[in-house]
Amino acid sequence: MLAYIIRRIWQMIPTMLGVVLLIFFLFNWVGGDPAYILAGKMSNPEQIENIRQQLGVDQPYYVQLWIFIKQILTFDYGLSWSTGESVSDIILTRLGPSLTILIPLTILQTIISIGLALAVASVRGSLTDRMIMMLCTIGMSISILVYIIVFQYVFAYQLSWFPVQGWSDNFGENLFKYALLPILIMLVVSIAPTLRLYRSFVLDEVNQDYVRTARAKGVGESRILGVHVLRNASIPIITDVMSSLPALLIGAFLIERFFGIPGIGREVIIAVERSDFPVIKAITVYVAAATMIFNLLADLIYKIVDPRVQLK
Amino acid sequence: MLGTLIKRKEESKPSSSTGLWKLAMRRLKADRIAMISLFVVLCYFVVLVLSMTGLVASNWNKEVAESYAPPTFMGAPQEAAKKVETTAAQALPENPVDPLKDVIAELNAEIAAGKGESSAIDYYGVVDPLAEDMKAIDQQLGGHLLDQQSELKQTLPFGADKWGQDVLQKTIKGAETSIIVGVVAALLAVVIGTILGAISGYFGGWVDDILNWFYNIFTSIPYLLLVLAIAAVLQQKGIMSIVLILGLTGWTGVYRLIRAEYMKHTSREYVLAAKAIGVSHFRRIFVHIFPNVSHIALVQISILVVAFIKSEVILSFLGFGVPVGVVSWGSMLNEAQSELILGKWWQLIAASVAMAILVTAFSMFTDALRDALDPKIK
Repeated sequence: MLAYIIRRIWQMIPTMLGVVLLIFFLFNWVGGDPAYILAGKMSNPEQIENIRQQLGVDQPYYVQLWIFIKQILTFDYGLSWSTGESVSDIILTRLGPSLTILIPLTILQTIISIGLALAVASVRGSLTDRMIMMLCTIGMSISILVYIIVFQYVFAYQLSWFPVQGWSDNFGENLFKYALLPILIMLVVSIAPTLRLYRSFVLDEVNQDYVRTARAKGVGESRILGVHVLRNASIPIITDVMSSLPALLIGAFLIERFFGIPGIGREVIIAVERSDFPVIKAITVYVAAATMIFNLLADLIYKIVDPRVQLK
Repeated sequence: MLGTLIKRKEESKPSSSTGLWKLAMRRLKADRIAMISLFVVLCYFVVLVLSMTGLVASNWNKEVAESYAPPTFMGAPQEAAKKVETTAAQALPENPVDPLKDVIAELNAEIAAGKGESSAIDYYGVVDPLAEDMKAIDQQLGGHLLDQQSELKQTLPFGADKWGQDVLQKTIKGAETSIIVGVVAALLAVVIGTILGAISGYFGGWVDDILNWFYNIFTSIPYLLLVLAIAAVLQQKGIMSIVLILGLTGWTGVYRLIRAEYMKHTSREYVLAAKAIGVSHFRRIFVHIFPNVSHIALVQISILVVAFIKSEVILSFLGFGVPVGVVSWGSMLNEAQSELILGKWWQLIAASVAMAILVTAFSMFTDALRDALDPKIK
């Protein structure tokens, strides 16, 4: 097990190096001279030269790359170009609000989707099944923007059931007041695609031999679905949940922006709007690393769920 | 006789590629939902062609109606409503720190005394100070200026936006932008994914290792983050930039599927036979194997068009997409967000329904196409 984990982490290094090179290529080469962005419209050549020296962009590319790698290894990405805050501080303070939304969301979404998927799979092929699947397709076709705009207008602005937007320093108040409507909207948006996916996972299992055997033994239909099938369908479900978690951190950016939640996603949008390269670079590196680590975690959880899985 | 011939042909289907296509066509034609979806999608493309040639929606950026003219079925805004607004304006609260409070008090007094030019009192309850000048200018211009204003329509089929632009024409023009971006970006992504996947799966070895390394890099950065990062770097905005952003980031799924197919096909007899008679690598990859995997590429195009239309709408909404002066469903939704608070819902409904219908039809057609082209389902 330990040898496996070490080998997997060893294999991550070339990919991580590739990510670093890609980010470096994008921001230090395609992105052009950052001094012009920083100095703004009213600048003179001396100012630009000064900024270039401060950032080290007057150095050859290999020196710049080395600066970037050093930043990654020391977890110190310098200061934000727009606010002057330390980039590491920005990320640490934005992580909390994001997780306040994402953790309850992921738990609820997984439980509800699995329940619905099993229910729909138990009536597979029927009119109900087809109607629900069609509703899912229609629900997925409406832009997430429309859900957010309409829900925020109806439930927060018109009916005042929830605050229109805001965030406080108190965790409980955040979770039970400000995070409720955002979580509800994300649930509505995410259940349709997840339900479709999980239903297909369940349907892949229901025609297997072990299901027929269980049925022949006289196991009840609900136990077959809820115990026998679910255990086997849980492997692709775990992959899906684990691999979508880091992406959700960014994927929640629209909800964070609309509801004024100071999370990672909103930070990315603000950074893109202000061409705040250090913040985007740092977040990209961290999220890419998180994606790889979560993929590894998913593989380790397989082993726990399914003893047949051999970790190679 | 003919029937048995067809039957026999059907039985040998999976081995020949033309058979797969014919069979798929037959399955699609039998699927009513697929045909309806296809019809809807084709309608959008007809509108797209008409709008590109300028036959419809060419006046989308002209002021053709009054600001926020409602949809026709709601009728023109009542005069009574306007009066209410005026009376509401009279009751302007006195703000002690407002530097204009004396002026407003004076105006209110004037209005109360019935002296003011009531027709010139606009929405904000302030007398238009230029009304006299405008009249003079209008007289000099021979009455053209005010004529033009009176020509503005009270209502439009789908209403008007803040600047009096026709929402229907904007929706059509927005469809043009969104569909073109979706289709071109999907083609780009599938071409990149197919070529890389084919090379990787066909040659294997170190070529495969390098391309897989690229694949791992691109998939370890969440798609949206990569899109936003590239949007941050690309300085000039334009339709071309969005197509490039989406196309260059969206190829990974196609790559994985095509690579797996090429790995399977490379060792098949027909490819080995082609090798034996001295067919070049290039011909083997694109002439011999490609027709046998092209159905996967087709389904992927269809899936990506939907995904990219959605992404374009979000990017344009955030202002990272289409430039100012180009309308897209995303930029319409952006305007609609602030209009909704004022109770002007028509632009929101027009843009989101137009998009939802297209995407629903396209996704249902994609599902049917995938099932029809799946050689495992007989």
